[in-house]
Amino acid sequence: MIEAELSRSVQHWCPGATGVTGAAKLSGGASQETWRFDITHPDGPIGGILRRSPKGYGAAPTRAAGLAAEAHLMQLAYEAGVPSPRVMHVLTPEDDLGTGFIMQRVEGETIARKILRDDEFAAARPHLARQIGGVLAGLHRLPQGKLPELRSRSATEEISEFNRDYRSLNWPKPVFELALRWLRDHDPGPSAETTLVHGDFRNGNLIIGADGVRAVLDWELAHLGDPMEDLGWICVNSWRFGEIDKPVGGFGSREDLFAGYEAAGRNVDPARVKFWEVMGTLRWGIMCGGMMQRFREGPDHSMERAMIGRRASETEIDLLRLLAPRGS
Amino acid sequence: MQDEPTPIELTKAVADFLRNDITPLISGHQAFKLRVAVNILDLVTRQLTQEEGSDAKEVERLRALLGMDGSVTELNRALAERIAKGEVDLATPGLAEHLWATTMDKLAVDQPNYASYKRELGRNP
Repeated sequence: MIEAELSRSVQHWCPGATGVTGAAKLSGGASQETWRFDITHPDGPIGGILRRSPKGYGAAPTRAAGLAAEAHLMQLAYEAGVPSPRVMHVLTPEDDLGTGFIMQRVEGETIARKILRDDEFAAARPHLARQIGGVLAGLHRLPQGKLPELRSRSATEEISEFNRDYRSLNWPKPVFELALRWLRDHDPGPSAETTLVHGDFRNGNLIIGADGVRAVLDWELAHLGDPMEDLGWICVNSWRFGEIDKPVGGFGSREDLFAGYEAAGRNVDPARVKFWEVMGTLRWGIMCGGMMQRFREGPDHSMERAMIGRRASETEIDLLRLLAPRGS
Repeated sequence: MQDEPTPIELTKAVADFLRNDITPLISGHQAFKLRVAVNILDLVTRQLTQEEGSDAKEVERLRALLGMDGSVTELNRALAERIAKGEVDLATPGLAEHLWATTMDKLAVDQPNYASYKRELGRNP
């Protein structure tokens, strides 16, 4: 049982800890798992989260930064005052838990639909778009000299990567072709400044409490690039969960997002943000196609994966709303 | 010609059975999976009901747009290629209307509750 290994591990690096209780798997694919547990401590229990690749699953997918980089970035963010869980321990071979890290559990909600509908968050919701602007500004300002090694991606490189991904699906979609043309025609070129980009900053990857954003999660797609990419991605309609008139994660307006970003001392380029929103919409559509492909070729022959393939059409209507809007 | 009931009637009967008789008996992760299964059967039923008509109209539009004949798959492949080459774009008469009509027909099967779809449905094209 994982509790035995966790108990041994915490006693090594957490002074006073005597063991763990209540270990439960929160999510997990074949290569990466998230567990919650409580560290037993004389001063009271400490909530912990384990993120790991189990033994034998060391290799990260090509786009992922890797768990070591993720831990490093979360710790940097925490130290810089960007809402983030505190990393307590990076796994070593002696832990016998695979590779990954243990962080302090932050209480709050990550399920987007609850955040958008439950009364508990009603007071926080109107402030979230602006607050997120400030959080992103802090994230983009993390000191570059301290960052782990990360892949670097310009807009031009991203377009050709998505073009390749899309063609490999052999899934002719006129709307995706139109989006690819639009992206090539509107490629803004290299950004004036290259910063850390979170890469998956959206409603669903944020822990929200009654007081607002408590932590930014899922740093696995972090890379170096155009900071406007993160502002565009959080506006992708797929992350509005039905609140389509509130572009920023279903919370609020672009104006609020931009105001929060600029109040924190950074500049917004709205045309670039729009470019990355189109790119992000296509990105999720192609990912839906990838899910369909994996469903067909196995090993994950699940119904859920099959149905995600059928969500590509959601991104097609959203791309048309962006590129060929009807009426007015 | 195959006998009846039709595939539409059969899938609908299974979906109704799972929804009405089995759902109350199941909880937790299995209940979530059951909901996905029912959603799949509902989607299949919608596709069986609508596909023939929407494909016929799509082929008609594609023939006019491309000036060629073929199956719905062949014509979509041809349109995709022409857009990729820049031979057809949003300035081409009929392209935007065609893509909108086709996409609306897909959402009607895939995700009729998707908010963007419901918004566009209420708009006069």
